[in-house]
Amino acid sequence: MSAFDARNLSGIAYTIPFDSAGPDDFERMGGKGASLARMTAAGVSVPPGFSVATEAYAEMLRADGLGAEIDALMAKLDIEDVGDQARTSDAIRAAITRRVMPQAVEQAIRAAYAALSAPFGGDLAVAVRSSATAEDLPDASFAGQQDTYLWVVGADAVIDRVRACWASLFNARAIAYRARNGLGETNVLMSVAVQKMVDARAAGVAMTLDPVTGDRSRIVIDSAFGLGEPVVSGEITPDNFVLDKVLLEIARRNIAHKDFELVVDRAARCTVERVIEPERRSQPSLSDEDVLAVARLAKALERQMGCPQDVEWAIDRDLPPGADVVALQSRPETVWSRKAATRPKTAYATGIEGVLGTLLSPVQIKH
Amino acid sequence: MTQQARFPSPYDLAPPPGAEGWKDLYPYYLTFKDKLRSEEDAKFWFCDAQHWPSPFKPFDAITVEFAVKCLGQYNTRHYLVPPANGVEYRIHNGYCYMSPVAVAPELIADRVPQFLERAGHYFQNWQSLLENWDKKVRANIADMETIHFEALPDAVPIEWIKGGVGLDNTYALTESYDRLIQLLYKTWQYHFEFLNLGYAAYLDFFGFMKSLFPSIPDQAIAKMVQGVEVDLFRPDDELKKLARLAVELGVDAALATGTVDEALAAVGQVPGGDVWLKAWKDAQDPWFNFTSGNGFYSDDKYWIEHLDLPLGYIRDYIVRVKRGETIERPTAKIAAERDRITAEYAELLDDDARAAFEGKLGLARTVFPYVENHNFYIEHWSMSVFWRKMRELGQILQQAGFWHDANDIFYLTRQEIRDVIFDYGNGWAVGAKAAGPDYWPDEIERRAAIMKALATRPPQPALNEPPAVITEPFTIMLWGITTDRINAWLGGDDKEGHITGMAASPGLVEGRARVIRSASQLDEIEEGEILVAPVTAPSWAPVFGRIRAIVTDVGGMMSHAAIVCREYGLPAVTGTGTASSRIQNGQMLRVDGTTGEVTVLS
Repeated sequence: MSAFDARNLSGIAYTIPFDSAGPDDFERMGGKGASLARMTAAGVSVPPGFSVATEAYAEMLRADGLGAEIDALMAKLDIEDVGDQARTSDAIRAAITRRVMPQAVEQAIRAAYAALSAPFGGDLAVAVRSSATAEDLPDASFAGQQDTYLWVVGADAVIDRVRACWASLFNARAIAYRARNGLGETNVLMSVAVQKMVDARAAGVAMTLDPVTGDRSRIVIDSAFGLGEPVVSGEITPDNFVLDKVLLEIARRNIAHKDFELVVDRAARCTVERVIEPERRSQPSLSDEDVLAVARLAKALERQMGCPQDVEWAIDRDLPPGADVVALQSRPETVWSRKAATRPKTAYATGIEGVLGTLLSPVQIKH
Repeated sequence: MTQQARFPSPYDLAPPPGAEGWKDLYPYYLTFKDKLRSEEDAKFWFCDAQHWPSPFKPFDAITVEFAVKCLGQYNTRHYLVPPANGVEYRIHNGYCYMSPVAVAPELIADRVPQFLERAGHYFQNWQSLLENWDKKVRANIADMETIHFEALPDAVPIEWIKGGVGLDNTYALTESYDRLIQLLYKTWQYHFEFLNLGYAAYLDFFGFMKSLFPSIPDQAIAKMVQGVEVDLFRPDDELKKLARLAVELGVDAALATGTVDEALAAVGQVPGGDVWLKAWKDAQDPWFNFTSGNGFYSDDKYWIEHLDLPLGYIRDYIVRVKRGETIERPTAKIAAERDRITAEYAELLDDDARAAFEGKLGLARTVFPYVENHNFYIEHWSMSVFWRKMRELGQILQQAGFWHDANDIFYLTRQEIRDVIFDYGNGWAVGAKAAGPDYWPDEIERRAAIMKALATRPPQPALNEPPAVITEPFTIMLWGITTDRINAWLGGDDKEGHITGMAASPGLVEGRARVIRSASQLDEIEEGEILVAPVTAPSWAPVFGRIRAIVTDVGGMMSHAAIVCREYGLPAVTGTGTASSRIQNGQMLRVDGTTGEVTVLS
């Protein structure tokens, strides 16, 4: 059991560090939190952090009559009236943020945050994200309406943002969605993920197949200095690395001319665009060792998820070399996977029939 | 295709100065004939510098003739490979050029059932037929070993008189020579009994993987198929064992200096020395029947005849053992890596493809040990015995005054040697002078000068116009010659200081170039250099501990150089066409064995 595990009287932990979560915990961590814990368990490093378990939210609802107040407000809601949705939403969120967090929950969060910060000295800048248990529903677009708070520093601020995340479960669209689909308010529980902000020296995306040919034996990496957003959004031309997935060897490097980078302004608790000094512009954003580490990360994710992945990754300056490459997000690759699913089955000849076929139309050895 | 769309015609390639008249040194059927110019120029010929990297002496043409003829017979007459007959071959300016012979499209279909029956029998009974092959080849070697050439005596033995034999000693001499040639002919027939089929099954797996993973490195495919315990590596392994044993027994100091005889005598004097000497002796048969070349040249140096070679390598290994290095091949690691790679590719496949993958890989692994091992039994062991016997004959004729050096015999064609044997016996029988001693020394000198002149000019990578696309399976399989490769040769000089070839063994290194044209220069290599050569032989392995990378002019993924480099974890770029003539000794190179690129840095 980790140092910042905190349990209530019945022995239920209100917080769960990603690196000590077991399969039984995943349900209590919501979609995002469980995914991060699963990655950690599979040996894929992610920025360290913890989940505020669904029990903490349940405890909040129980305490001080909050649950009853919400039920009463929802009972009066006219789901066809957009104005009423907004008013109900405001009232419920105010009810949540007005209330003091149950003491046991607050203490658990403070302890978990202190333990997370300890290795880095002082209060750690974290991202606080909502992680609802219903996120995995097929039509769960409301999940995106929930909140994410970046650059949160200090235990008080973290607690404040956790409460805000809980409240975000009651934005107007979300309550309307649930009401329309007959999801009771207590069926959707909220967990909150608290995760270290990454101060990236380089970041980008990795695909575990060749997006041009669909070749699954390749890994393609786009990378730039600083944080990864400009790579993801296509604002800059990144360095491009192509690797052989099985041999884990770099087959091709294309180093781009990079004008600016997105970096962390720790004092202002935000990110800023910075012009890259001329002598660094045409330098590779990753060393060969970094490239291999990113590839290994992507490969581990593909293996864990069981299908080709599109991975956002970063190299965190705060983490020790050799353990500094982290996955921020991983999604299944869709284009080639869909093609593969619709392709007619191929009949392969083996044995001498196969040999004959090859002799009659030998392949061109490609280089 | 850039700039130049064709290679020169052989008819426009005059011999280098001093080599005029070279055609008379080879059989009439091996040279381009003026009368056939239009016919010969209509064919595309590529230089086989992989097997014959330097001009060969007249007798050595026997290796081209027997090897390429026997390659052809299995396609054309044994298995009836539907689209492919054999390979035509010519000698031009001392080098060997090949042109594969396709089967007329309308005849292909009729050959299919015959191929399925004939080749099918081999694939189905591969193991038992291969065991039989092993017996045949060993028996053939034993037969060659029984051949002895003896100088003609003053008189026919009295026993032959009393036994009423009625023959003289010249009869046995002629018979022994003919028998040796016949046994060599058998050697080369056996050589190709399994080879073409083995490569075809490998190519089937290769093509299958390329279709599923268009960018899969050739070396990844090779790594899944290659064996771990391979007879071809045994000679080098034996040297390593001897080096380690010397250190364990404490006889290494005694071995360290002097000639072979001096060192062995010194070892005999120290305790434990007899144990080492026995191990040294035991390793020799058959493992020292190993050439520092490739078996195709009469001047190949076989360890068993040049014990200074294996002893020198053992001395190198002893130094490394004492430094605490592991000199043994990491076989467990190689085996584990092979399993890992295989499992990872299997994991990327859907179920249908995985079943086919397993089937094709299984067949490739069944046939591949032959592809790897035959080289020891034929090029090394059989050829070691053959050249040794030929030198025995050369020495007898030298003693009879026909020439100055036993090896001069190789300046004659094999038919001329028959004439010489008759001339020798004729003079002996008549009781008069043979003609040869007054004729051959001058003629040999003339021929040696021609050979020397031929060697001053490297070969063309190819002749005439290449086909738009190379589809001939054996060109691709055995020589690694592809459309891309030919285009690279044609546009080879486009970028100064940038040479491309096959990515044969992965890794990126920089180092100084050492250009080596023959095995006799191997001792010039210094620690940390990059070996650049027209072609390398697997028996160069003992120097691999000293070098950083290898670049060759010729050879594909399955060339011996490629196999050995992967085994030793050295980056290699093969099939560059011209690297050994474009790179100078001492230049700084960057060799990328993963992409197949060589850059001259300075």
